[in-house]
Amino acid sequence: MTPENMTPETPTASPAKRHVEHFVADFAETPLQATDKVKEDQAPLSLWGEAWKNLRKQPLFLISAFLILVVVAVSLFPSLFSGIDPASEACQLANSDAGPAAGHPLGFTQQGCDVYARVIFGTRSSVTVGLFTTLGVLLIGGIMGALAGYYGGWVDAILARINDIFFALPLILGAIVMMQLPVFRANRTAWTLVLILVTFGWPQIARITRGAVIEVRNADFVTAARSLGVSKFGALMRHVMPNSLAPIIVVATISLGTFIVAESTLSFLGIGLPPSVMSWGNDIQAAQASLRSNPMPLLWPAIALSITVLSFIMLGDALRDALDPKARKR
Amino acid sequence: MATYILKRFLQLIPVFLGATLLVYFLVFSLPGDPIVALFGDKPVNEAVAARLREQYHLDQPFWIQYLLYLKGIFTFDLGQDFSGRPIAAVLGEVFPVTARLAVMALIFEAVFGIIFGLIAGLRKGKFFDATVLVASLIVIGIPIFVLGFLLQFTIGVQLGWAKPTVSSAATVQDLILPAIVLGLGSFAYVLRLTRTSVIENMNADYVRTATAKGLSRFRVVRVHILRNSLIPVITFLGADLGALMGGAIVTEGIFNVPGVGNRLYRAVTQGEGPTVVSIVTVLVLIYVVSNLLVDLLYAWLDPRIRYDA
Amino acid sequence: MNASVEFHEAGAAAGRPLLEIKDLAISFTTSNGEVNAVRNAHLTVMPGETVAIVGESGSGKSTTALAAIGLLPGNGRVAAGQVLFDGEDIAHASEKRMIELRGNSIGMVPQDPMSNLNPVWKIGYQVRETLKANGLPSGPDDVAKVLSEAGLPDAARRAGQYPHEFSGGMRQRALIAIGLSCQPRLLIADEPTSALDVTVQRQILDHLDKMTTELGTAVLLITHDLGLAAERADKVVVMYRGQVVEAGPSLELLQNPQHPYTQRLVASAPSLASRRIQAAKELGVESEDLLAPAEDVAVASTLPDEVLQIENLSKVFKLRSGFGRSTDFTAVDNVSFSVKRGTTTAIVGESGSGKSTVAQMVLNLLQPTSGKIVFDGVDTSTLNSKEIFAFRRRVQPIFQDPYGSLDPMYNIFRTIEEPLRTHKIGDKASREKKVRELLDQVALPQSTMQRYPNELSGGQRQRVAIARALALDPEVIICDEAVSALDVLVQAQVLNLLADLQSRLGLTYLFITHDLAVVRQIADHVCVMEKGKLVETGSTDDVFDSPKQDYTKALLNAIPGAKLMLPPEAATA
Repeated sequence: MTPENMTPETPTASPAKRHVEHFVADFAETPLQATDKVKEDQAPLSLWGEAWKNLRKQPLFLISAFLILVVVAVSLFPSLFSGIDPASEACQLANSDAGPAAGHPLGFTQQGCDVYARVIFGTRSSVTVGLFTTLGVLLIGGIMGALAGYYGGWVDAILARINDIFFALPLILGAIVMMQLPVFRANRTAWTLVLILVTFGWPQIARITRGAVIEVRNADFVTAARSLGVSKFGALMRHVMPNSLAPIIVVATISLGTFIVAESTLSFLGIGLPPSVMSWGNDIQAAQASLRSNPMPLLWPAIALSITVLSFIMLGDALRDALDPKARKR
Repeated sequence: MATYILKRFLQLIPVFLGATLLVYFLVFSLPGDPIVALFGDKPVNEAVAARLREQYHLDQPFWIQYLLYLKGIFTFDLGQDFSGRPIAAVLGEVFPVTARLAVMALIFEAVFGIIFGLIAGLRKGKFFDATVLVASLIVIGIPIFVLGFLLQFTIGVQLGWAKPTVSSAATVQDLILPAIVLGLGSFAYVLRLTRTSVIENMNADYVRTATAKGLSRFRVVRVHILRNSLIPVITFLGADLGALMGGAIVTEGIFNVPGVGNRLYRAVTQGEGPTVVSIVTVLVLIYVVSNLLVDLLYAWLDPRIRYDA
Repeated sequence: MNASVEFHEAGAAAGRPLLEIKDLAISFTTSNGEVNAVRNAHLTVMPGETVAIVGESGSGKSTTALAAIGLLPGNGRVAAGQVLFDGEDIAHASEKRMIELRGNSIGMVPQDPMSNLNPVWKIGYQVRETLKANGLPSGPDDVAKVLSEAGLPDAARRAGQYPHEFSGGMRQRALIAIGLSCQPRLLIADEPTSALDVTVQRQILDHLDKMTTELGTAVLLITHDLGLAAERADKVVVMYRGQVVEAGPSLELLQNPQHPYTQRLVASAPSLASRRIQAAKELGVESEDLLAPAEDVAVASTLPDEVLQIENLSKVFKLRSGFGRSTDFTAVDNVSFSVKRGTTTAIVGESGSGKSTVAQMVLNLLQPTSGKIVFDGVDTSTLNSKEIFAFRRRVQPIFQDPYGSLDPMYNIFRTIEEPLRTHKIGDKASREKKVRELLDQVALPQSTMQRYPNELSGGQRQRVAIARALALDPEVIICDEAVSALDVLVQAQVLNLLADLQSRLGLTYLFITHDLAVVRQIADHVCVMEKGKLVETGSTDDVFDSPKQDYTKALLNAIPGAKLMLPPEAATA
C-alpha cells in the first residue's frame, strides 16, 4: 500500500440486529415518468434567444436602450431636435451669459451662443469618435487576441509583451504623447483622434478576447469538430469565435462609453478635437473660466455627456447579466 | 516563491524598455524636425533650439540617443525645461504632492469601497444593495471632470465646506476634496468588484463546509468569505495606484493642485516637449513597478500561485 | 471506549431515534416561482446506525440531508414537516441553536474535496478552527491527532500545508477528520467518495466505517450508487423526484424491491449487474442472457480481422518548470493491444493511467512519441492530410461531458449535419433526410432538430453526440468515458442503445472508462492500464474470473457491492 493510505483492518464489531420495517410508497402518489423524455411543448430557444427573453424584462436594459436610441437619433438628425444651426447662425455677443429665453431653453454661453443648439449639434462628433474607435479596437484587438489565444506559442508570447508595453501607457497619457507629434499637431480631426485612441485602446480588447478564446478552445465540441475533419482555422471561425462573443460584446459596449469620455477629456485638455469642431468636451473647456458666475453652459453639455456614457455602461451591465455563463449553465 | 519573484522581475525589464522606447520613438523619431515640433505652435527660439539639440544628442544615431536618454533617467539627469530649470528638480517638487493625493484617494476608495461592497454583497437584492448598485453605476458613468466640477461647485463654492482650489502648500486637509474626486470612480469600481467577489464566494462550497463545522457567522464572513474575496480587490488596488498617479492630470487641473498632473498639463498646453517626455517616462516606470508589486502581493495572498510552474 | 459510545448505547437501548424526519417538504424560490424539491419525505436514523439515501440527480436526497444540518441554500426553506434530532425539532431552529449543534452534534463530510477546503488557509488551521469553535482543545498536538486518526500519515507536517498540495484522497481524509473531529453523534456524508478514484474510494469508505463504528456515530450516507449503499448501510432509503418511494433493510431491498422505481434501479445499477453476471457465471449461466436484450441479432461483419492494432505506443510530455528546464512526463508507456472488428474493447484505468491519451492518439488528435497505430492495415503516422481527412470518416469520438460536447450556438440539426457538410456528402435535401434517420436511430423525436443543446438533458445530449458520430457511417467509435457523467437509469439506456447500434451496424467500440462494473456489462475485451502502462489484457470473462495482476484484483475488489452475496436474477425471477 502507498504511504498515504493508512487504513487498518475494519474491526468486526456489529450492532445488535434490529428489525427494520420495509416501507413502500403508494404507487399512485409516486408515478414513474419515462426516463429522459424530450420536452416538446415549447418553441425552440437558443442561448441568444434565452438571453434576449431575459433582457427584454430588465428595466436597466430598456432604459439604456431607449436612451441610446435617442442619442443616436440626435447625432444623425440634429436639425430635427434644434431649430437653430450653430454653424450657420453666428453667436451674438449681446446675448453673452444670458439666461433662458424664448426659443433658447438652456440659455447662452459667454460667447453668446445658444447652449441647447450646441449640445444637440455637439452630439455627433462625440458619438462618431466613440463608435469608430470601438469598431477599430474590436477589429485590431479582436484579431490579435483571437490569434494569440487560439494558436498560443510564440504568437501569444509576443502579443503578451506588446500588450504589457501598451498597458504601461494609460490611454490619456499615451494620447497626450502622441498628440505631440507634428503630423498630429497639424491635422486635428475626429479621424486622427480615432486613430490615436485605437492605438492605445486595442490592448484591452485583445486581452479579453484572448481570455475568452482560451477558455473556449479546450471545449469538447471544438475537439469534436476537429475529429470530424474541420481544419484548425475552420474550428476557430465556426466554433470558437461565436462562443467567445459574449464577454467581448460586454466589454465593447462599456468601452464605447469610455472612449466618448476619453474624447471629451482630451478636448477638455485642449488636445482633442480642434476648437472649430463642436463637441461637448470643447464646450466644457470653454465654459470652465466662467464657472463661478454662470455654471449652466458647463453643466448642460456635462449632463448630456454623462447621460450618454451612463446609458452605454448600463447597457453593458445589463448584457453582462444576461449573458453570464454562470446563469446560463444548468 | 523566489523563482516566481525573479521571473516577474525579469519580465518587467523588457516591458519598461519597450514602453520607454515607444515614448521616445513617438516623440523623437517620426518624420519632421523634432526640435521644431517640441516648440509646438510657438516661434522657434534659436538659442534654446541649439541647446536642446545638444541636450538630446540629435547628431548621434537613434540607438545612442535612446541609450543616453535611458542613462539620463537612471542618473536623474533629465535635462532642463524651457525656463532652464532642471526637470529633475521640478519633479522632486511636484511628485510628493501627487503621491500624497494618490495615496489619500487610494485609502478612500479602499476603505469605503470594500466596506460598502461587503455589505452590499452579503445583503444581495435588498435595499442597500440596490441603492449602492445604482449609485456606483452613476459614479462610473459620469466622467471625472464633470464630477470634479460638480463637487467643486457645490461643496467648494456654494456650500463652502472646502476650499475650491488648493493652496501651494497642498496640505492633507486641502487635498481631501480632490482626493475624493480622484478616487470616486475607482471607489465605485472597487465596490462592485468586492460585491461580485463576495457574492461568488458566499455560495462557494468551502463556505458551506465552514458553516457546517459550527463556526459563527461572523467568523465565516471574516475568515472565509472576506479573505478570499479580497484577493482580486487588493490586486486591483495595487494596480490602481499607478493609474491614479497618471490620471490625476484632470483632477489637479480642476483644483489647481501643484502636482505632477498639473505640471504635465501645463507642459502639454504650452508645448514643452522635453518635460512631457520626462514626466511620462517616470510615470511609466512607476506604473510598471507597481504592477510588479501587485503580482508579488497576489502571490502572497493566494498560495496556489506560489507553486505555479 | 469514550463516553459518547456509552451514551449511544443508552439511547439505542431506549429505542429513540437519533434523527427522525417526518413529512418533510422543502421548497425553493426561483425566478419561475416556487419549486417543491422534496415532498412527504420521512426517514429514521437510530443511534450508531448507518442509513443510506439513494437517488438520481434531482431526487432530493442531498436537499433532505442538508435540511437536517440547516444548510439549505439561501432560496430554500422547510415548507412543512419536522426534523427531529434527538427529540428536538430543528427544522425551524434559530441560527444560534444550529451553530451549537453543528460540529459537535451533527457533522458533515461533503462531496468534492477540492472545492470544500478553503485554498488560502492551511489544513491545520482549518482543523484548528473547528475544534476551537466547538470548545475542544485546539493545540497543534490535538490537530495532529485528529488528522492522523483519519489516516493521514506524517500529520504534524501535513497540517502546515495547503489544500492544493494534497492529493484528492488525502483531501477527503482531511475533510473526514474535520467532520469527525468533535465526535458528533450524527455524520452526514454527502457522496463522500464520488469525486475520487475507485481504489481510493474503497480505502476511504473502509476507514470511515472504522471510525464511525469506534465512535458510535450514526451516519446518513447519500449516494447515487445502490450497490455502495447496500454494502455500507444497514438501511436504504430510495428517493425519486423529491419523494421517498421505498425504504428498508439493504439486502431485502435489493433482493425484493417492490416499488417499480426501485426495481428499475436494481436492474440498471452497473455494480449490481456486474455482480449478478459474476454470480451467474459461478453457477454456470451464460452472461449474454443477463444483459439487456439487443433488438435483433443482425449479422455483424463476418470478417474477424483486427481493425485496430496498437504497437508499442508511447507518449512523453515535456513539462516546463521555468527557466528553460523541462521534465519528462510519460503519459503512455509502451502500450500494445489490438481491437477486433465488431467487438467492444474497454480500456480501464484510474485518473493518470493514460487511457484518454491513448484515445486521443488513436483519433489522430495527438502525435505519439513512438510506436505505431495501425488502422485497417495502414500505419496512421504515414497518412498525408487528405488521407487523414478520409480516415476521420471511419473513426469517430463520443466524449464524456454532455454539457461540453455540443456547440451551444448550433441547433441539433446543424450539429448532426456538420460532419456531412464538412465532407461534402449529398445535397441539402439528402442531408436533412439523413439527419432524420439518425435521430430515429438514437430514439429521439424528429422535433429535436430545431432545438438547442441548452434545452436538452445530459442523456439526450449524449444521444445527439452518438447521432453525430454515426453521421459519417464510421467503422470505429471511440467512447471516451461516454456514460460516466450520466445518471444510472439514463446510463443504462445509453448503454443499451450503444449495444443495439453495434449489433445492427457492425460497429467496433473502443470504450474508455474508469468503471469496471460498466465494462462487465458491455465489453468483450478489457485492457487495464495503470500509470501509463498496460497492466493486464484479455477477454472480459478471463479478466473478471481470474485476474492475474494485483492492480486488477484491487480494481475488481473496489467495485461497490463486490462483497455482497447476491443470487443471480435468474433465481429470483
